[in-house]
Amino acid sequence: MPFAGWEMPVQYEGVRREHIAVRTKAGVFDVSHMGELVTSGPDAEAFLQHLLSNDVTKIAEGGAQYSVLCHHDGGVIDDLFTYRLGDRFLTVTNASNHERDHAWLADHAEGFDVTVEDAADRYAMLAVQGPEARWAVGRIADGELPRRMRTTTLGVAGADCLVCGTGYTGEDGVEILTPPEHAPALWDALMEGGVAPAGLAARDTLRTEACFHLYGNDLSLDRTPIEAGLGWCCKLDTGFVGSEALQGAEPAQTLVPFAFTGPGIPRHANPVHTEAGTGVVSSGTMSPCLDLGIGMAYVPVDASAPGTPIEVDVRGKPRAAEVRSKPLYPPGDRMRPTNSEE
Amino acid sequence: MTESYPEDLKYHAEHDWARIDGEEATFGVTWYAQDALGEVVFYDPPEVGSTVTRDKAYAEVESVKAVSDVFAPLSGEIMAVNESLAQSPESINSDPYGDGWLVRVKLTDTSEVESLLDAAAYRELL
Repeated sequence: MPFAGWEMPVQYEGVRREHIAVRTKAGVFDVSHMGELVTSGPDAEAFLQHLLSNDVTKIAEGGAQYSVLCHHDGGVIDDLFTYRLGDRFLTVTNASNHERDHAWLADHAEGFDVTVEDAADRYAMLAVQGPEARWAVGRIADGELPRRMRTTTLGVAGADCLVCGTGYTGEDGVEILTPPEHAPALWDALMEGGVAPAGLAARDTLRTEACFHLYGNDLSLDRTPIEAGLGWCCKLDTGFVGSEALQGAEPAQTLVPFAFTGPGIPRHANPVHTEAGTGVVSSGTMSPCLDLGIGMAYVPVDASAPGTPIEVDVRGKPRAAEVRSKPLYPPGDRMRPTNSEE
Repeated sequence: MTESYPEDLKYHAEHDWARIDGEEATFGVTWYAQDALGEVVFYDPPEVGSTVTRDKAYAEVESVKAVSDVFAPLSGEIMAVNESLAQSPESINSDPYGDGWLVRVKLTDTSEVESLLDAAAYRELL
């Protein structure tokens, strides 16, 4: 399946099986399509503080931070993870936005003593996720794995890799940045440890259960991070580009998780009807863990409380649903999504 | 399972099969259809008691890749739907002619059966 110019498997063994493997054991996703930008120079921190929505000065050495890149009007250009590595910052971009992100950074570099390098060709990226993921990576690593939201350089399966305690599934695990030529050996070593290969389809069902945003679905230039529920990573007092537009903003709609109470599968762009007005599904799928249609939707703020009944129009069929709280799975907030930690 | 088109079934060009049993029939989708769809994650059945018309859509199957209408190979009234597919829609992939059956129908006009293809003629279409 072509995805932002990459050939990627949608599935290896079937989405349900791959999904359950990640929830119960461990799975590995080839996410080499993710892009990398390296920012360096004396003004690197001040420069990123000017563009990224979160407080970049709070990233400790070896630390990771989630933020968004905003347009002047507050629309979201991309959502990204940024790591502090000595005097440099590594920012991981979404494949389809990578070129645009790079251009946005380059266009705003005037007046800052910084260099922004496109490092996408230097890294392959494997995400190992699941309750047994750390064990599976630990057995082939030459040191201790980083904690959540931290990063460490380690030898893994015989080559130096940047190992990050991050993920996109709601499970524990790590993401490994490795030179592309080493990726096949690393993949094979993970397979030997019993890690299940997992494709894009399972990645989508897992992140939807965990209520993580997907750019292009839940985030876009037409939505602000406040509407998207990402106000927590927007530190308006840092004065980042777009912060003025977000100051005091009271959006009419907000992004909520929901689950069907009967049959059906919601899909992106399905209309939503509520007592407070209409909305739209931004992400929808069949949840393998809940056996229900689930998703996220932009709905009027007055219809956003958990438990509010809503109706989703799936190709002309009205489907009953209710607003839920994050994450959709595991229910009851057993684990806080990695993405929403600071 | 491997590709197969049982000789005892009748086929419709929209990749559906019918197992004729006197004035009743069971419908499903062919091996080719499930292979083209990919892993089925949802089956939206018609209501028992509703009528279906030959060549018209009567149900939906949704896979990882796409949503697809299912066409009726014959006309009739729905007597039963395969309830087990609500829990295990993947049976449509693993056993399209057995556990993956979709509906049981009381036929309105058994002479319609003559319009269907046998296994050899259906294979010619693929």
